[in-house]
Amino acid sequence: MQIRPILSAMRRNKVGAFLIALQMAVTLAILCNALFIIQQRLSLMARPSGVDEDHVFTINNQWVGNPDDLGARLAGDLAALRSLPGVVDAYASNSFPLRGGGWSESVNLKPEQKTSTAHSALYFADEHTLNTLGLKLVAGRNFSADEVTDRNGDDQVEPPAMIVTKALAEKLFPEQSGLGKTVYVDKRPVTIVGIVERLQVPWVSNSWSEKFVENSMLQPYHFLAQGTHYLVRTQPGQLDAVIQLAQKKLFEINRARVVDKVQPYAEVRALAYRNDHAVAVILGAVCTALLAVTAFGIVGLTSFWVTQRRRQIGVRRALGATRRGILAYFQTENVMIAAAGAAVGVGLAVGLNLWMMSAFEMTRMSVLYVLSGAVAVVLLGQLAVLWPALRAASIPPALATRAA
Amino acid sequence: MFRYYVWLALRSLRRNPALTLLMVLAIGLGIGASMTMLTLFRTMSGDPIPQKSSQLFVPVIDNWGPDAHSKSSEPEQDQLNYVDAMALMRAHQATRQAAMYQVGFALTPADPQLQPFQVPARATYADFFEMFDVPFEYGNAWGAADDEGRSEVVVISRKLNDKLFGGANSVGNTINLDQHDYRIVGVLDHWAPEPRVYDVISGTFDEVEDVFLPFTLAIDRHMTTWGNNNCYDSRLPGWDGHLQSECIWIQFWAELPDAAQAQRYRSFLDNYAAEQQRSGRFHWAPLTRLHNSREWMVVEKVVPDESRILVLVSFGFLFVCQVNAVGLMLAKFMGRAAETGVRRALGANRRAVFLQCLVESGVIGLAGGLLGLALTALGLLGVRALLSEDLARMAHLDAGNVVIALLLAVVATVLAGLYPTWRAMQVQPAWQLKAN
Repeated sequence: MQIRPILSAMRRNKVGAFLIALQMAVTLAILCNALFIIQQRLSLMARPSGVDEDHVFTINNQWVGNPDDLGARLAGDLAALRSLPGVVDAYASNSFPLRGGGWSESVNLKPEQKTSTAHSALYFADEHTLNTLGLKLVAGRNFSADEVTDRNGDDQVEPPAMIVTKALAEKLFPEQSGLGKTVYVDKRPVTIVGIVERLQVPWVSNSWSEKFVENSMLQPYHFLAQGTHYLVRTQPGQLDAVIQLAQKKLFEINRARVVDKVQPYAEVRALAYRNDHAVAVILGAVCTALLAVTAFGIVGLTSFWVTQRRRQIGVRRALGATRRGILAYFQTENVMIAAAGAAVGVGLAVGLNLWMMSAFEMTRMSVLYVLSGAVAVVLLGQLAVLWPALRAASIPPALATRAA
Repeated sequence: MFRYYVWLALRSLRRNPALTLLMVLAIGLGIGASMTMLTLFRTMSGDPIPQKSSQLFVPVIDNWGPDAHSKSSEPEQDQLNYVDAMALMRAHQATRQAAMYQVGFALTPADPQLQPFQVPARATYADFFEMFDVPFEYGNAWGAADDEGRSEVVVISRKLNDKLFGGANSVGNTINLDQHDYRIVGVLDHWAPEPRVYDVISGTFDEVEDVFLPFTLAIDRHMTTWGNNNCYDSRLPGWDGHLQSECIWIQFWAELPDAAQAQRYRSFLDNYAAEQQRSGRFHWAPLTRLHNSREWMVVEKVVPDESRILVLVSFGFLFVCQVNAVGLMLAKFMGRAAETGVRRALGANRRAVFLQCLVESGVIGLAGGLLGLALTALGLLGVRALLSEDLARMAHLDAGNVVIALLLAVVATVLAGLYPTWRAMQVQPAWQLKAN
């Protein structure tokens, strides 16, 4: 295929070619960055929380008034929940992974430290917690029932022992096992008696918590407050039935309460990542529309060129050019325009990414994205040009002999 | 003449329906996407009380010292602790001032058949309602005496009043919150500031609370915050330990009508911090800030980055759509160069050709804009289904947004049509006639 005649033909139609190239360049820049953001969001959403999410649900229980027998009420509720058919185990806590609100503390190696060693979420737990959430203990032991004490909101009781996540243990003691070590939480010493594989913090997908998203500690307390969260693990296939049963049971025990946010964990997760999901879907939709608009733009403009050049094409055919030759002409023309557009687009894409890194919390996009984006845009051009190019190829040579 | 051009434009558009459809579709999609994102962004970055936003201020006092902030020298606190909030309330250095925090109750309805339910509430001072121009349907705010006397009075939202009293005037009635009776002194009219300007620390885009009660009473009753509580250092046990601690959990607003008063308040804050340093509570030089509500929305990053990115991407998309339209319009106008040549030869001057083409691109823009509006409505519907409840409530199309969308479509399309129009103008009548 000769490139020179294409170039000289293009020179007579600079603006049209420029417009297509510009469209492709901007499309490429947007496409790469959007896909990069989508991929980031999806990988955030795919992280496991550590909880057996298929079988656990949560209940937010709020007592009316401030009864002084909170401890007895809590024990009664939990015993009732655990004895329901289809329930594996249950416990109560101040918060749970992906909830969106909870407690966090600094964890230090010494009682007085200017900058803290690690930051961690704080969950209240009892001997049923590991079994309820389905956490995997990788070292040490579970809490025993006599270790668990009552804690009021304002109290600051000495925690005798705690279980931490592997991530937190490694952050505190990178060189050795954290098991059996004493660390300081709010200046009070506490011994690590167990390490679980994974348990995320209550907050996900914000820049503050992402820095310690797997740092969690479980402390053996019954949290005595007007509002607490019950977590219940059910046997396979029993989730929906137990959710109904549990609410009925709680109201049977005592009506003077508000039972709120009864959510299977799938719902907790969907809510926690709702805006990430929205961003991914919206960007996906915009990308699809973008590709469609660019493709149809190419179809429209090339069709117009074909119509404009019908006579010339007829003459070329009459002079011996094959259908394939005509097809190749338009395809080559499009590749040249697309290549120019893609070259500029690669620069734009990288520039946009760099600018977003400085303006927003954004990481560097890998070159692979940009290159595969460039290939995709060139392929898109080829696909779009096919129909008008086929039309051009089907122009009969006899057209040359007819009067215009 | 204008009507003739419109008629010509419609005829020309009908002659080439595929190309016309393509242009209108491209512009419509571009407008739809960008307006959907812009609508969201505009609501998020909105100023719900424009008449007051330059007079309402948030004071910031560094009560943790330099060790607590990461590199920057800006104080990182966005709330006050109880000690400082009370000192500012007592000092009474602003025209109006209100400390506040989020609480919540289990409300027991009078009808014993009904289950108790949860109501979000806010503990604050009487000045709050005047400061934020809160509209009342019945009754009014409690008075300074109620703040002083820790009265068991509440102002309730219209929504709660509808639910409990069927929308009737309930002033004087009582409601039972966590087994205490509170007397209703006022019922709010519809009030939905977006963002919820007075508390953007937690629940920035939440609805306004259902119950407002005196701060002093909430403290008396040991009501812990349902919002954010941030502690830097350890504290003593018990409620008093909480109150005396350096934990920050109170939002504070001061109304300062002019710049001079704001300046005076700044020096007052510095003096206060210096006093705390002298008394030995702060071991560092005074570090205070005073932001008006507009600045505060920026400091608190009320508009998330995502929203900006989506606006950016959607406008990039609009740009591509417009470039597309330029190409297609160019094709269209040049495609009828012969016709233009005939018109020129018959006496139409360049201006006439220019106007005709401009009217045609305007018509396309308007059609694209209307399609874009429909798509925006559709897009917002989709976004509502995707976003969390609080953000979704805000995604609605108001008159301002409709005007922006149509203007954007027509202006963008006419701009896009300028080059093709100019090219059409350049058509040489003689050359075109000869060629045929």
